Amino acid sequence: MDSALIPNGVRRCAFGKFLLGLAIVGAVLLWGVYAMLLCWFKGLNQTNMNDNYGFALWIWADLAVIALGGGAFFSGFLKYLVGKDELKHIINYAVLIGFICYSSALLILAIDVGQPLRSWFIFWHANVHSMLTEVAFCLSCYFGVLTIEFIPLILENRQINKVSFFHHLAHNMHEIMAVFAATGAFLSFFHQGSLGGVAGVLFGRPFAYREGLFIWPWTFFLFTWSAAAYGPCFTLLITKITESITGKKLVKDNVVELLAKISGWMMGTYIVAKIIDTIYWASVTAPSKGFQISQFYANNSFYGMWILIAEILFGGVIPALILIMPSGRKNPKARLLAIVLAVIGVCINRWVMVLQTMAIPVMSFDKWALYYPSWQEVATTVLPVAYGTILIMICYRYLPIFPQEAELNPAVD
Amino acid sequence: MKNEQSHETTKKFGMVINLDLCTGCGSCMVACMAENNVPFKPDETDKLKSITWMRVYRLTNGKSFPETDICYLPRPCQHCEGHGGHSPCVSVCPATATDYDSQTGIVSQIYTRCFGCRYCMAACPYHARYFNWFDPVWPDGMEKYLNPNVSPRMRGVVEKCSFCYHRYQAAKDRAYVEGQREIEEGDYQTACTQACPAGAITFGDLNNPEHAVYKLKQDANAFRLLERLGTNPKVYYISSKEWVRRAADNYLPNEKTGK
Repeated sequence: MDSALIPNGVRRCAFGKFLLGLAIVGAVLLWGVYAMLLCWFKGLNQTNMNDNYGFALWIWADLAVIALGGGAFFSGFLKYLVGKDELKHIINYAVLIGFICYSSALLILAIDVGQPLRSWFIFWHANVHSMLTEVAFCLSCYFGVLTIEFIPLILENRQINKVSFFHHLAHNMHEIMAVFAATGAFLSFFHQGSLGGVAGVLFGRPFAYREGLFIWPWTFFLFTWSAAAYGPCFTLLITKITESITGKKLVKDNVVELLAKISGWMMGTYIVAKIIDTIYWASVTAPSKGFQISQFYANNSFYGMWILIAEILFGGVIPALILIMPSGRKNPKARLLAIVLAVIGVCINRWVMVLQTMAIPVMSFDKWALYYPSWQEVATTVLPVAYGTILIMICYRYLPIFPQEAELNPAVD
Repeated sequence: MKNEQSHETTKKFGMVINLDLCTGCGSCMVACMAENNVPFKPDETDKLKSITWMRVYRLTNGKSFPETDICYLPRPCQHCEGHGGHSPCVSVCPATATDYDSQTGIVSQIYTRCFGCRYCMAACPYHARYFNWFDPVWPDGMEKYLNPNVSPRMRGVVEKCSFCYHRYQAAKDRAYVEGQREIEEGDYQTACTQACPAGAITFGDLNNPEHAVYKLKQDANAFRLLERLGTNPKVYYISSKEWVRRAADNYLPNEKTGK
């Protein structure tokens, strides 16, 4: 029925089956939209956030998707600026995933604030001292860049590309894409860092507070570094999931292994920096504020020392070692394990920097504040996942996202 | 350096609370709520989403009877000015909805500019900032008691103690009308100071040697909450009890309070 829209040389499932898939994910999306409307019309009393837990699941989700979406800026940087040409076979997908992650982040922020209609005040009454201002500016600008990077992909749809203007527009946009990749890398560097700064500048919260360079706490650099390291892993993970669902190989092993190798080395260097940061924080920064490291991981029913071990060892050291070793990254199972661990690791890091920071009592007579999200929060957090899945389904079906697909899956008639 | 000098030459309103005198009666909380139009909630049992600009903590020395000792610690906004004049909350607010007034030392909140990101709440270690989770509720008749000098806040914004700033404005106006004189001690008092039956709360200009707070803050038993964080609060406490002073900051086991 829609065969005229499907890229040349590739096969897609029946239109009815595609619609059924869309309907299933669409139902989840509608559930999220319902919860979102509840939050907008009834207010944030629909959540389980409270006076002690002003930041919670949404901000974690926001930080996590932005870190995971870091594959877009870093892959673009590697392809267009460093010259890793092999990555042209996965860059389209990285851009699409980045676009989904960043649009999701903006959507989550729109639900998270108490007065969504006033969100523009962040630009109008901007406080240049606030890391959140820097995040808002860079995030919005980078989303614009990602949109520009995404447009040529849409224009390459078989029917749209037949229009001469769109064909040439797409071609010319590709020609100057290095400029946007450079702009994106610059903007992303700052907003990924600013997200780290959001937690790192909280000098009233010794768990998150970090010393640093000039106006930037160490977490500024750690967040940028980790996004560059872990983002490509998420691109690889989603690629693997897409391959599993479609039952096709979509990207050649040499491309995957190259990205895995770069990611592994980035992760390795990052985790060394993270360990040094943790040691300095535990032995110098925290004691200067009157805290021993054990106080951050005790006297509560959830945040034990296990979370630090899970983040650094299982979410950092082990996946880095697997991906750095040629035998590890060439073994599909080991590589997948490393990628999954890495994605979990960066998510734990963002969770810790948001939720554990809020949970720890700073006044000695205060109590640990534990929290669980309401169904409205869960639904609105699942909402971007459903939205992303739908966008991937549509883009995969109608756009030439994977340049190697036709070669890897020759049509048999 | 210029900023530091200007801080020294202007008024710096602050509070000294004598914990030895405080009985924990809660008058200050009630007076604060009434004075500042702190709203009711649809469900007052939901204490985790309550709004109490002035909150009284109950501290205990943790020992069993008969050595148990109790202390009540009233906690308004601390009106910090740490880190080069930046309070934890002021420096983080992305929309400049909260600001530090260098003329008075008061940290103010512009409700109509706040868009409810709650970053200030995350930054404040004292939990002194409150988000309006609900639309304000005024039971029948209660709206008649609203203070016309204080704007009620809408759902979705953050609010906090302002040291009854509207009273400062009124005191300034009064002083102007009375011959453009300077504001004197007692002209400007917060509602909690007035309401405290034990006289535990003293309010005034911390920079003015003529004011009682100037002398009280130099008491050998005076301390501030979480002083080592560098927030530099303008609320001082006095307690003759060592365990209370220790509870005010996170002293390591072998560390002395220095008093």
